[in-house]
This record gives sequence, structure tokens and C-alpha cells, in this order.
Amino acid sequence: MSGTNTQLSTVGKSMVMTDARTKIVGLGKYADDLSVPGMLIGRILHSPHAHARILSIDASRALALPGVVAVATGKDAPTPYGILPIGHDECVFAVDKARYIGDNVAAVAATSAEIAEQALDLIRVEYEPLPAFFDPEESMKAESNWIHESRANNIEKEYHHVFGDPEVGFRQADFVAEQRYFAGEVNHAAMEPHSTLAIWEANEHMTVYSSTQVPYYLHRTISEVCEMPMSQIRVIKPLIGSGFGGKSEVIPLEIAASVLAKKTKKPVKITYTREEVFYTHRGRPRTIVDLKMGITREGKIAAVEARVVQDGGAYCGFGPVTVLYSGALLGAIYDVPAVRYDGYRVLTNKPACGAMRGHGTVNVRFAFESMLDQLARQAGLDPADVRRKNLLKAPCITVNGLRVTSYGLPECIEKVVARSGWNAKRGKLPYGKGIGIACSHYVSGAANPIIRSNMPHTTVNIKIDRDAVVTVYSGASDIGQGSDTMQVQIIAEVLGVRPARVKLISADTELTPIDLGSYSSRVTFMAGNACIDAAKKMREQIFAVVSETLASKPDELECVDEVIRKKNAAGQGISFEEGVALAIDRHEALSSQGTYSPPEEARGGKFKGAGVGPSPSYSYSAQVAEVTVDPATGHVCVDKIVAAHDCGKALNPMAVEGQVIGSVYMGFGQAMQEEMIWHGGRLMNPSLLEYRIPTTLENPEIECIIVESEDPEGPFGAKEAGEGSLAATIPAIANAIFDAVGVRIATVPFSPEVVLDAIKKKQKLAGTNGRPGDKDFAGGNGSSGGAA
Amino acid sequence: MKKQAIRLRVNGDDVEVGVAPARLLLDVLREDLGLTGTKRGCDDSSCGCCAVLIDGVPILACAALAASYEGCEITTIEGLGAASALDPVQEGFVECAGAQCGFCTPGFMITTVALLKRNPNPSLDEIREALSSNLCRCTGYMQIYESVKFAIEKHQRESEHAAGIPAGARR
Repeated sequence: MSGTNTQLSTVGKSMVMTDARTKIVGLGKYADDLSVPGMLIGRILHSPHAHARILSIDASRALALPGVVAVATGKDAPTPYGILPIGHDECVFAVDKARYIGDNVAAVAATSAEIAEQALDLIRVEYEPLPAFFDPEESMKAESNWIHESRANNIEKEYHHVFGDPEVGFRQADFVAEQRYFAGEVNHAAMEPHSTLAIWEANEHMTVYSSTQVPYYLHRTISEVCEMPMSQIRVIKPLIGSGFGGKSEVIPLEIAASVLAKKTKKPVKITYTREEVFYTHRGRPRTIVDLKMGITREGKIAAVEARVVQDGGAYCGFGPVTVLYSGALLGAIYDVPAVRYDGYRVLTNKPACGAMRGHGTVNVRFAFESMLDQLARQAGLDPADVRRKNLLKAPCITVNGLRVTSYGLPECIEKVVARSGWNAKRGKLPYGKGIGIACSHYVSGAANPIIRSNMPHTTVNIKIDRDAVVTVYSGASDIGQGSDTMQVQIIAEVLGVRPARVKLISADTELTPIDLGSYSSRVTFMAGNACIDAAKKMREQIFAVVSETLASKPDELECVDEVIRKKNAAGQGISFEEGVALAIDRHEALSSQGTYSPPEEARGGKFKGAGVGPSPSYSYSAQVAEVTVDPATGHVCVDKIVAAHDCGKALNPMAVEGQVIGSVYMGFGQAMQEEMIWHGGRLMNPSLLEYRIPTTLENPEIECIIVESEDPEGPFGAKEAGEGSLAATIPAIANAIFDAVGVRIATVPFSPEVVLDAIKKKQKLAGTNGRPGDKDFAGGNGSSGGAA
Repeated sequence: MKKQAIRLRVNGDDVEVGVAPARLLLDVLREDLGLTGTKRGCDDSSCGCCAVLIDGVPILACAALAASYEGCEITTIEGLGAASALDPVQEGFVECAGAQCGFCTPGFMITTVALLKRNPNPSLDEIREALSSNLCRCTGYMQIYESVKFAIEKHQRESEHAAGIPAGARR
């Protein structure tokens, strides 16, 4: 592994976030907290039509309103953009037609928010409504009025992959199940609504503060759309009120504020309302999963087949990546010999979906783990045992070409089985009480960049001056997950100094080298390794000079607790500060650079779509959920979830626990109560009052167990912790519901209506009244919820 | 709309601001007084990010007209704790990772301060009940409970210390 784990002094110990003290006194600045003299406020005009040609826009009355400085429309910025090179299909303001209710049509910059809002009402837009598509399976049949002319039948992308021989596999299977699963659309609901402040500077320069997870991609996109060289644009990421993927592609307001700033030559700030956040969306798509799986009598998975349809909304966004992740991660957690995958990303006249925590894997994992549980019971086997029988043996390559270097899943399963009292409880709880198990995994960053290039995925610079402050310049974006702290810990560890000596400057395109962004759980693995690289190079420079003073060779030295000395020679040596002074006298200035690029072997196969799924390393999770189901109402109370997560090495255990528990919480929300509800193209619940993320009252007790498999290439053995646990939560709850009342729920969320309906159908079928003993459900799949 | 001068007492300071009658307390705090620690997370008083104390009671500043609070003691996140020392609640949120992204944290701390004032030793259920007015999307709440418990224990240690009970004699 990179770094060495002998006698760690900072890494591996819980450390308070470096920015925590700023945040808890209210001094931390998020984008909307910023203001500058002369700042204008921007507001965006959204389409009231789901699909309509824009015939004309008349902004003259708005422009005549005192206080209005500018109105921007599609003509001001007609260059299409998108996060993927293959998906440049959105313009900041609709040029020819609006493609969803909420699509961006124009924007106003005014001297106050009130005036800007009044001005929106004065813009006259003439629309010609077009037929609109809201259901993906209907949309796929469309022969005209396609949402994008270049996307026939409204299919953004489709992929068809076969690995191994599914036909042979199904012939060898003793138990085969088939089922259609539905998962509702969910939103990140980060507490901070998006906000951007674009400041027009002298000499045709622009500085943009924005709530982004991806400053580098934002930098590029502003350059393209505003037709300004990147060298004249500076993007700064202030504190971010979390992202979960909702800020991981360029969001319309970021470009709108930039366009208005360029047009007015003034600072312009736009902050979304919560309603706009929901209509901008980019969350997890509503997904239909038709799954077929076969297992042998012994519980070995023989073959898996999935057809996945994702309701992608009106623009490409991350869409092709989402649907590819759904296929790539379908069978790769276990030793599955044969997989067939047909994935469709379909356009509909709704806001674009995108990346959300557990990107692409969550809904297929729900289906997969539910069906595995069902087959285990049909075979009369313990669902935990069935998972044990299908484990990979790392290092290995999965059936679809993913390289697995470390694999803590076996330990995760054993830990949650022991901790939850699985063996004592499974099948033995009274009617209405149940326990369920499920597993999940996730990438530690994508091995292939979004925009193909040979550039390192992360670069980190270190500078040490006469004050002996270790200043780190990193493009990695802390969005609340603690990546700044992680980098400080690693640099302090490698240099042998106290964390307080390390000062991190992050995510400012004018100061910090490029990091691709905070998405796909890449930062710990990639920026962490770049930090090790940079710190080792810095240490070499200092040791080279100090070794002369200490009459030894550089490789005989170590720095422990800020004393540079011969290895294991406590009490002798010179201070880090003295060492820095000696080195500066020799080198004039101390600086170093570290980078990280995933190794060639980690980049996956060569087939179409092979670029998504490969990662330098994968995290693993196992969870056990316990529930109480009220058979009279269908209400499910999740009593407790025990989650074990293999993060390789917990660099900051307190932060890892926060990430794992937070992931389980978000999975719980999707499982039980979150869903964006559509009436045609209109969102019925675009607020936190009606889109109900769990409060302290619903949220179950969540216990986190950290498993450390020490990845050979991870920084100090670390891999991802922030996303992988989410996907196991939903099926663990579903399987617990089955254990409690004997019904399979195939529709997420598991609302009382869906659960009650399933219970009633089962009772009708069995002619019973849900009496105790009704839980065993051998044979048949008892599925329900598919008719929704 | 015509502005009127109002006098507010915020974090112990008397301030005079000119506001339209419909101006929200949240906007006055954030925009007129530069107290941006109080956050806006929603449009409909559902997230709790903008909670401030009005005479010790948590109120959502996004649903409060500034002009209604003349003569009240308004405390924002910037006014918690003493000049040189953090409130135990703030310490708890630091030490136990009650804050991840930190955006909901001011609201949670305001709610917690009010809870501990009226009930210095709440049970976990009472903590959950009190904090259900606030939404957090990062933590899954578990480390927030730890943060609150840290504050409770710190408060207790401090009051025992003040009462002259030696530390070894606790429990």
C-alpha cells in the first residue's frame, strides 16, 4: 500500500474537522453568505410547459422596470454544454424549445431580489406546446416530437452486455426467480440550496464562487459557454452545504450568473429557492428493474439477467454513466459466473436526473439483494450463508473485468451477523417483527476520467517557507465530508509533524492544481495518494540536507513528532523547523508536487461502455435491519440497522462513521418515505415539507462497524467510505419486512399503502388472516407492488 | 414598500435598521446585519436551518417579520457562548462530529441550547423529540445525539464545579 502503517501518529485517529470550529461559530462562508459592493441579484424564469417550442421572448417591459439591469435569454449563451463529452445537449437558457416544467428560459439581474422577481413576471414568452412524454416506457415508443431530435425514440443511450454464458448458468440453476422492481425518483436534498456569485473583474476577468463539487468542470464549462479563455476565469469553492451528487455537474444557475455578470459587467448572485433545487434535480432516476436470477441448490449464484430502464428526464447529464454503473456493479460484488445486462437511459419531459450518492448502483442492488434473499429462502438456506457462498477471492478480476484488490465483505458479513444476533433472531421473531440482511459495494473513484486525457486525476502542491508552515494547495473539494481534514492528516503523518502545522488551501482554480472533483467517492483514494506523493518528495528534500548535519544518510532519517532524527534514536536530532531552515538555506525555496493516476490495470475492459465501473479499489458493506410491521396498517418501523463497512483503512474513524451512518440514513429515507411524485411534468412535492427526508423521529438507531481490509494501493490502505453503504440499506429493510410478515415488497418506497396492499393480497391468496406462523413462505415469490 | 426604522436587540447589541413591514427577520439578520451564520435551507419553514432564539425560545427567522420582534432578546449562532469560550453545545458539535457540512448546524445548536435550558438532562427520546424541528442530511443524527450528550455532561461538570462538588465524587 502507499504509505506505511507502522506506528501511525495522526492517520487512523479520530480528528476533529479542520473547519469545524469555523462552522460552529457561524463564521463559515457558504456561497449565499457572500456579497460584494454593487452586487446584483439574479432570478431565473422557468418554463411552465413540459415541452414547448419557444416562439418569441419579449423582455422590453422587464427591462423598463427601474432597478433591472439586464435580461439574458438563449441568444446570449447559445453554446450547448453538459458534464459528459457525449452529452452536450443543454443550453443555459432554452434556445429552441423548453423540455420540462422548470426549464430555464431567461434570467434577470436587478438591484434587489424583489425587483428581479417582479421583472420575471414582465417577460412575455410565446410558447407552442408540444406533445410531452412522462413515462419512460411510453417515451421509448415515440416516433415523433422527440425531446432531442438527435435521440431517436427518446432513448439517450442503451447498452447491452453479456459476460460469461447466462444460458448455461440458468440451465445449471435449481431455483430461478423473475421479478419487476420499481424504485421511485429521489433528490439529494442537500441542506444548502445551490448558489453562485459571479464577479466581473477588471481586464475582462471573472471570479466565480459557487456551491460546486466540481470546480474544474465548472471552470471549463464557463469558459466554453461564456466564450472566455479559462485563464480569465477563476472558480473558487467556498464552504459547501453538502452535495451528494447534486452539485457534481454544472448547474444552470452557475452559468446563468456568469452570463449575467459578463453581460452587466457587475457582480451577480443567484441562489435557488428550494423549489428550484427540486426542479433542477439531477437526482436518482425512477428505475424499472426486470431481474432474473438463478442459484444452485447449494446457494451458488449461477446467472443474473437484468433489464434496466431509467427515467432520465429531459437532458443527458450523467445519464449514460448512471445506466452503465447499474450494469457494471450488478454482479461484481459476488463471484457471479454469468451476467446479461440491457440498460436503457430514456428521455422524458421532466428535470434531468444525474448522479446521487451510490450513483447507479442503488436501485439494482435493491432488486438483486431482494431476489437473492428470496431464492435463499426458496432453497431453504440462510440468506447470510448464501452470501458467504458467493464471495470473491481477492485479488481477482470479476466477470465483467473489474479488478478487485481488497475485499472486506466476508468480515463485514460476519460482523453484522454477530452484532445483530442474526442466528438467534432469523425466522424466530414473532409475527410482525423481522430481520433482514443485504450487502453492497462501491467504487473508490472512477479509474477513467470523464474527459479522456492523460492528465493526473489529482495533483497536490506543498510549499514550506521560513515560518515552517506546511501549506498544501489541493484542488480537492471538501463538501462537508472532511476531505480537507483527511489531506491534513496524511501530510502531517508523512512529514512527521503535528496537523496544526499543516494549512490547506483547497479548490481555487487560480491557486490549486487540478483535481477532477468530489464525485464517485474518489477523493480519499486519489487526493490521499497525491498527498502522500507530495509529502514524501518534500521529506526527501529536507532529509537530504539534514542528513549532512546529523552525519547520516537521508534514508536513515525519520521525523517523529516534529523531531528529525536517525530512525529509532529518540532524544537526538533537530527540530522540524530547524530542518526546514537548513533546507531553505540550501534550496532557496521548498516546494513539492504529488499526483495520482489510476494504474493501467485498473481501467477495465475494451468493450463499449467498459469505461464506467472500473475503479482502483472497491468498498464493501453488509447490513442487518430489524423492523416492526403493523399488519393492520402496513406501517413499517425500522428499529435498528447495523452497518459494517470495509473502507480499507479508516484514516479518520470519526469521519468514516459519519459517512457510513449518513449513507444508511439516506438509504433509509429512500426505502421508507422519500419519493418525487409527478403529475405529468409537474412535481407535486417540491419542498422539504412534502418531500419528507427523515427527521430524528423516524430515523432508526444506526450502528457503524468499521472493517479495514487495507487496500494495497489505497493511501495507508484506505478506500471509499461515503457512498457504498447506502445501497445495502434498502434491501436489508425489504428482506426484514419479508421476515416480519412474509411479503416481498418490490416497490420503493415501502409506504404503508404498498406494504398493506401486499399483506392483503397474501392473506387473500392464503385465505388466512395473517396469523402467526404465516411468515414462512416457501415456494412462490410472493411479490407485490408491481402494479403501481 | 415604505421602510420604517425598528430597533432590535441582537446578541446583546442594540441595532437600528430601516425595514419594510414585510421584511423577514432572516433577511434582516443576513443582509442588513451581516449575520450570515443563520441559514436559509427551504422556502416554507420546514428545515430549521434559520432557527434563532427569541427570548430563549427557538423561532424560525424565515417565518418571522423583523418588525414584530422589537424589544425582544434575539440570539443567533454568532451570539452563542462567551467571547472567549464556546458554549458546551458548540464544543459538543465540534468534538463529536455533530457538524459535517455545517449548514444545518447553527439551527441544531440553537434548538439544543433552548432544549438544555428548559430540560438540562433530557433522555434520548426527549432529545429526538426536540430536534425533530430541524433537518440534517449529512449525519444520520447519531453523532448529533452524541454532541448533545457531550454538552449535557459538560454542563453537569460545570455546575458541579460551581457547586464545589469535587470531580471524583460524581455519580
